[in-house]
Amino acid sequence: MIAFDINNLPASEDELDYSDIEAKYQVPFEEGFDNIIVVDKVPIVEESKKDKLFRTMRKIFRTAGVGEIKEGGISMPMELNAETGKQTSKGFLFIEMETAEQANLAVKQLNNHPMDRSHILAINRFTDIEKYSQLKEEYVEPEEEKFAEREHLRSWLTDPQARDQFVLHRGDEVIINWNRRTEPPEEIHKRQYWTETYVQWSPLGTYLATFHRQGIALWGGPSWNKIIRFVHPGVKLIDFSPNERYLVTWSNEPITLNNGIPGSPFGMEDEGNQLIIWDVHFGALLRSFPSSTSPDDTSNKITWPMFKWSHNDKYFGRVTVGQQISIYETPGMGLVGRKSIKVEGVVDFEWAPVSERDKEKEKDKSKDKHGDKKAREEIISFWTPEIGNQPARVTLMSIPSKEIIRTKNLFSVANCKLHWQSNGDFLCVKVDRHTKTKKSKFANLEIFRVREKDIPVEVIEVKDTVIAFAWEPKGERFVIITTNDPTYGQPNTTPKTSVVFYYLDKAKPVNGTQSIANFKLIKTLDKKTTNSIFWSPRGRHVILATLRSQSNFDLEFWDLDFEGTAEQKEAARQDPGASLQLMSVQEHYNVTDIEWDPTGRYVITSSSMWRHSAEIGYTIWDFKGTQMQRYLLDKFKQLLWRPRPRSLLTNEQKKKVRRNLREYSKVFEEEDALAQTSVSKEQIAHRRRLMDEWNAWRKRVESELAEERELAGLPPVDTREDEGVEVIEEWVEEVVEETEEIVDE
Amino acid sequence: MRPILLQGHTRSLTQIKYNREGDLLFSAAKDHVVNVWFSHNGERLGTYNGHVGAVWTVDVNSASKLLLSGSADNTAKLWDVRTGKCLHTWEFHTAVKRVAFSEDDTMALAVTEQQMGYQGAVAILKIDSVLEAGEQDEPFVISPEPTKAMVAAWGYLNKYIIIGHKDGMISQYDWKTGEKLTSKHPHSDVITDLQMSPDRTYFATSSKDKSAQLFESNTLNPLKKYVTDCPLNSASITPIQDFIIVGGGQDAMQVTTTSMRQGKFECRFWHKILEEEVGRVKGHFGPINTIAVHPDGKSFSSGGEDGYIRVHHFDEDYFKFTYPEFQHIGA
Repeated sequence: MIAFDINNLPASEDELDYSDIEAKYQVPFEEGFDNIIVVDKVPIVEESKKDKLFRTMRKIFRTAGVGEIKEGGISMPMELNAETGKQTSKGFLFIEMETAEQANLAVKQLNNHPMDRSHILAINRFTDIEKYSQLKEEYVEPEEEKFAEREHLRSWLTDPQARDQFVLHRGDEVIINWNRRTEPPEEIHKRQYWTETYVQWSPLGTYLATFHRQGIALWGGPSWNKIIRFVHPGVKLIDFSPNERYLVTWSNEPITLNNGIPGSPFGMEDEGNQLIIWDVHFGALLRSFPSSTSPDDTSNKITWPMFKWSHNDKYFGRVTVGQQISIYETPGMGLVGRKSIKVEGVVDFEWAPVSERDKEKEKDKSKDKHGDKKAREEIISFWTPEIGNQPARVTLMSIPSKEIIRTKNLFSVANCKLHWQSNGDFLCVKVDRHTKTKKSKFANLEIFRVREKDIPVEVIEVKDTVIAFAWEPKGERFVIITTNDPTYGQPNTTPKTSVVFYYLDKAKPVNGTQSIANFKLIKTLDKKTTNSIFWSPRGRHVILATLRSQSNFDLEFWDLDFEGTAEQKEAARQDPGASLQLMSVQEHYNVTDIEWDPTGRYVITSSSMWRHSAEIGYTIWDFKGTQMQRYLLDKFKQLLWRPRPRSLLTNEQKKKVRRNLREYSKVFEEEDALAQTSVSKEQIAHRRRLMDEWNAWRKRVESELAEERELAGLPPVDTREDEGVEVIEEWVEEVVEETEEIVDE
Repeated sequence: MRPILLQGHTRSLTQIKYNREGDLLFSAAKDHVVNVWFSHNGERLGTYNGHVGAVWTVDVNSASKLLLSGSADNTAKLWDVRTGKCLHTWEFHTAVKRVAFSEDDTMALAVTEQQMGYQGAVAILKIDSVLEAGEQDEPFVISPEPTKAMVAAWGYLNKYIIIGHKDGMISQYDWKTGEKLTSKHPHSDVITDLQMSPDRTYFATSSKDKSAQLFESNTLNPLKKYVTDCPLNSASITPIQDFIIVGGGQDAMQVTTTSMRQGKFECRFWHKILEEEVGRVKGHFGPINTIAVHPDGKSFSSGGEDGYIRVHHFDEDYFKFTYPEFQHIGA
């Protein structure tokens, strides 16, 4: 712009330069047409039927929920038909909507709308047509998008000291930390208001999910950048598939379409749904589902996760209580065999997990690409209660063939719970049964030995109510907690419980016949208050805890393979209970959560402000129950260890490491010692400095004081001398009673 | 070692004080009396009866002959330690919250409350002249600014007095002219205690802002800071080991509504120079109002809102304690 100059004014108005003002206030021409759409493939009609067509058009728009067409907003060009000599339409018309949003919605909703059998409407924005008509005819190759290298999402695993990370959510802060054993955690990344409600790791630890009003964001990599986001307004719950390929989100708000968010991923078929399945890699919406599947649409209680995934992300399913199990297939998102499995009365189902070895095998197989080998089938287990004369039943079924492998009938069942061992070797069905009078309850453990021929079922009867059950991960032992305390189930009580350990007794062949292995009791601990079981992810160690009680906060650290002395080793061979050792009993006031780190080396017990107000914070222990660190943090909310993916080492490599453990550990021990000394050196130096400073200051002050005292004519500070103190010991003997006895000889 | 529990008061303790030799322990409480105890076994020697209101403060002179007490009955009384006779009574308009003898025992100060329209003030009491003539001159009065004085103490050689204010400020006053010499504002809440080091060259303050601090007397320069997680009522410097003992707990008003666990009614030991917490002593079931350390550093006592005084004699370990890196220096 030319600067205004009083000496150089233009001679007349014409000479004035208005270009800058014109540019500023120019009316954008195209914008006016944003609310106009072009509807093509409309029936060709004559003048007389024009009104009728307009009426139908308005009706279609109204019923589709797009909104009213502007009064007189339809215009249809006519032309003279040479054959009939009448005015006929050209097969398209222009519609002017009230707003641009309505126009957008109309395009979205009514494009490809079948008006009748032969007329499928094609709707476009007027501006689009303008745009496309101006496109060049010849093909221009699109510029190749530059490959932007992503950060390595699993970089944290390359930590030379193999430390683990955890996320700490406190107040409005979310902090990612390294666990450093006895040193305070090292902060890696911290962000204010990172999430609006809570945070969650993906199952292999690659992503950190944060919750926002608009949806979910996933973060990761060494710099913790946003990797992808999923739009789902009001999202409350999420669930990843086991291999992090898919994400399920649930919101309490049904999806609405006319919110006009640009780039909204929702289409007409998504309207009203609350569940969405996403592809985590591409961020694409794969399919949405309604929250409730019951036909009467009573919003049944939300059980999360709503979809249960098979271990390889291949299938997922959900149960419609009392009716059916629906198994879907990825990535097609269609029902397996095109229909749900109808099971009258079904209450719950579970997928069978598989062992690491099986996973490896499967991988090898997929590498071979030999289609002839039959793919391993997945197994689901489900149970149905008693209906009429039919007894309750537990069924194992293979997927996708839907063949029933095994069923077992059960009687007088109140409730069942399916517990798979993590390798899928055993399925324990915890059956709560009522006695004949239906007054008291007791439990049966029905253990299906899935790997054996015909799947034998072993029954363990428990006299009392079983309140907790847990398999040792990858192991053949389990722990149950039972109670017969009448106060059980009442609020604000801490019932007395018993803890029972079981193991699989692989008895040696007796008289040459292979006897069937049985689950046998290791030990029963009575008079406990324990109500929760936390196995180390590596097995062997287990924490028995009293959670969410008003008066008890015990943590017991147990070792199931304790072999301290040779004597004990010998005893363990005879008696399995001998290697069961209580390592320590600790207490964490107001403990609400217990989390093992993925390696089973450390465990964190925490007390969250979501449940308590007093003494909130967390404590880090090692697996033996030695306290490493303790923090009381105001507004502490949540703490989660970052999970680790499966190890990339083969079994042979692992064995090799285990064999040479001593050599490896030497290196680490040296490193530890070095780190220790370097830290303490710093600390020593710091302390020395403080001491020296203090001593120097004292010297100065004392001499000042002495000087001043001398000036005042007083002796220097009268240092108390021990010689001046006289200790007087006074013995006072008091005769309490005196009797005289004459002893006859 | 097991502490000795002194159960002589029927209401909460307000201040406890050892005499110079440390064989006697004087305690003031809200039950209107001052008690004196043998510190080594906890036997009660006697009671000073006469106040008709809660006794807020007590101090004894270096010869252990005179005792000064201040009370909510708007008086400060001078007692004969041996006989328990009241030698003199000063009357004020408001409650006396703190009394302290000067280093040479010739004078004392009395901090009076801001109440009923009267300004909070620090009165300078002439002990000598009172004893000689029973003189009834109006004592010289200093009016601390800008907020009222909570606690006060004499500097060495009677150079000045140091006042801890309600808003967390500390200031140095010339007691002859009433002039403010210097001031600092290191705490953010009420200063609850101010105790001098044995030679009065530095002093410790405790505050409701959950911290205790150490200052150089002459300059009011901050030396050290000890940050805890609960409001503090008292801080005391230990001889022998370089420690400072702090105590407090949540407000007495809220004690009944929360469990003892959260009250944090512990005496905490901090390393005076390194500013690190080294230990805690539990025991009281109410906030700790006052802490005093035996002048020879071999025991300490704490008085609580619960009405008890706990006298702790240190174990051998206490005297052996040292950081490994200072071992060669010799503790």
